Amino acid sequence: MREEYAARLHAPNMRHIFICGGTGCHATGSIAVKDRLVEEVAARGLGETVRIVETGCNGFCALGPLLLVHPDNIFYQKLSADDIPELVEEQLVHGRQVERLLYRDPQTKKPIPHFGDIPFFARQQPWTLRNKGIINPESIEDYIGRDGYLGTAKALLELTPESIVQEMLTSGLRGRGGAGFPTGMKWQFAQRSPGDVKYVLCNADEGDPGAFMDRSILEADPHAVLEGMIIAARAINAHQGYIYCRSEYPLAVRRVQIAIDQARALGLLGRDILGSGFDFDVEIYQGAGAFVCGEETALMRSIEGKRGMPRPRPPFPAHKGLWEKPTILNNVETLANVAQIMINGGAWYASVGTEKSKGTKVFALSGDVNNIGLVEVPMGTPLRSIVYDIGGGIPKKRKLKAVQLGGPSGGCIPEAHLDVVVDYEEIAKVGAIMGSGGAIVMDDRTCMVDMARFFLDFIQDESCGKCTPCREGTRRQLELLEKICAGNGEEGDIALLEELSAMITESALCGLGQTASNPVLSALRYFRDEFDAHITHKKCPAKRCAALLDFTVNAEKCKKCGKCYQTCPVQAIAWQKKEVAVINRDICVRCMSCFEACPFDAID
Amino acid sequence: MSCCNHTHGVAVGCCGTAETASEITPDQWAEVHAVIARHKDTPGALITVLREAQDVVGYFPPELLDCIAEGMNIPASDVFGVVSFYSLFSLSPKGRHTIKVCTGTACYVKGIREVINRIASEYGIREGETTEDRRFDLEGVRCLGACGLAPVMVVGDDTHGAVSADKVLELLKKYT
Repeated sequence: MREEYAARLHAPNMRHIFICGGTGCHATGSIAVKDRLVEEVAARGLGETVRIVETGCNGFCALGPLLLVHPDNIFYQKLSADDIPELVEEQLVHGRQVERLLYRDPQTKKPIPHFGDIPFFARQQPWTLRNKGIINPESIEDYIGRDGYLGTAKALLELTPESIVQEMLTSGLRGRGGAGFPTGMKWQFAQRSPGDVKYVLCNADEGDPGAFMDRSILEADPHAVLEGMIIAARAINAHQGYIYCRSEYPLAVRRVQIAIDQARALGLLGRDILGSGFDFDVEIYQGAGAFVCGEETALMRSIEGKRGMPRPRPPFPAHKGLWEKPTILNNVETLANVAQIMINGGAWYASVGTEKSKGTKVFALSGDVNNIGLVEVPMGTPLRSIVYDIGGGIPKKRKLKAVQLGGPSGGCIPEAHLDVVVDYEEIAKVGAIMGSGGAIVMDDRTCMVDMARFFLDFIQDESCGKCTPCREGTRRQLELLEKICAGNGEEGDIALLEELSAMITESALCGLGQTASNPVLSALRYFRDEFDAHITHKKCPAKRCAALLDFTVNAEKCKKCGKCYQTCPVQAIAWQKKEVAVINRDICVRCMSCFEACPFDAID
Repeated sequence: MSCCNHTHGVAVGCCGTAETASEITPDQWAEVHAVIARHKDTPGALITVLREAQDVVGYFPPELLDCIAEGMNIPASDVFGVVSFYSLFSLSPKGRHTIKVCTGTACYVKGIREVINRIASEYGIREGETTEDRRFDLEGVRCLGACGLAPVMVVGDDTHGAVSADKVLELLKKYT
């Protein structure tokens, strides 16, 4: 069966058009592009030799809608439905490339037609994302053609539960949700827990702002996650699994449900999988919008239909988890690696990476960077390489200020430490965490005090309120930071922030509270001068805190372009051609629109 | 308080006052009862029931919470506790169009705040509020996971990427 499906992919004279159908591309109009493509291909009678496949997220979200023409691997970007007739005529009928739709090197402006030559893709090592953009996520046949369910077959028919765990331990795979706990060890605990009823859970509650790799994996390769769950279930002898998915991810939920139905139909889920005598089934459980539900004990409470509040550990879920039964919870990205480890062996996986961090890690690269999208690199890759070689550097020739890693539990890594390599321990040394892999690049217009305030606002909004340090402590920290951003900061505020941080970190109940102060501490560690500027000089060096700005036009910098005049919503700006703009501060509502609009930083 | 009588898992409607005095239509009640009947024997199904019931009615007036509590055989205080905990659930009526502005890190760095300010000043609503004519709700969502399109705004089912304070009012004009 596998050979047959694989053969279909490599059939001679067959061309495949892989059009991205991830959430990002859907939003930029890929559905209309695809419909037009189907129409045009049919109209020209190419239906026999051209197969159009809507894939999951391709990873280069900034360029959507995009498509790949296989087997030539020509990459087209930023398409609209009106481009399609020309593309079909030239590329499919005459075999000529449509130059205006090709990717161009940002520096040299030369087109790069081949997918493999584009630096963004060329420098990655796609293991977890091996199927992204080249299979139809809604087709189990496509997946099987790419060695799908081979890992399951091996685990169920050739390996014992003990040897599955042994392979996982050998692989050195650590939790990709961010904490980095060795996956094999977690499975071993659950395997040794006595009990007939056990559960395998998949954590797809990707709440970290700035992380979208789990969503993309679920949308592009849902079967890989199911496989990981089946193998985990076999290892610990569980018969029921749940995928806890955010309700903010409707497309992911839909595709995973399709994958579950297809796997059931082929006997890969349910009773007696592949004739091995092993039973296992999976259900999707949709979350209801609470960041704390990504914490394992809170997530289990939520599946039980209660308020998602964490509880103290021990007892760890491997002994007492969902419904008080032994449970393992793994992140989407962790599970997506499991089948490959079964096929190729743990030693293969461990051959890549650093001493303590093995394999590859997927980062969601976003913010002030040229190439926004998903990036998978071997552990040990320097962060600088991710930002510059793959990410293509900072737009508009601005300077990089910091890269924020690990979301609200993480920290910022300043330009001076950008040579740090991707490794759980190394990143922790510079005051951030690996986290789930959201990497947000910030240029010199970002105010670090404001970013610290942003993360605390997030944390105190999402704190479940069960423990006092987190509920009250983060609220006080937020008030202090708001005061500083509003220009009312006083001597002693920083000391108070640090004192609160230490207390909350030591006394909070769960990971959310224990790491809540990280963004503040990391901002203080590297950008204390910005805090001092806000408090002592009442200035915001990055010009982001509206309360600390003058709203006057700097006549030397003003190029008289009128963009501020056009954007001002309250007509507070007077401007005429060839004149410097003037802001009437009595009318001005300090909305910052003119700052955003001005290309010359001429507004102080 | 009136009760929901279920026989063999089939809703026969509630007796009297709460259902008739409510904004919820008889058809909606029937759907809610069907949702409860489908899930009432599944442990831990409360959040699923709440989600599906909100899809039917749009929000949770008190009589709906009571009906679900009774149907699921869970104390009303627990049901309220769950509804008030999760941001997906609303205790007040929604507008015709929900504007979800993404307040994740990437969107924040790219200037979603200016977009929110512009919407707020134009329509006189803050995050979490509904316009008086029930045309719009403004909701801040903690990362929609489409950081490649930052800043992102979703109106109803339409995702708009790279929105700016300048463009946003023009975008919203078509939602009446």
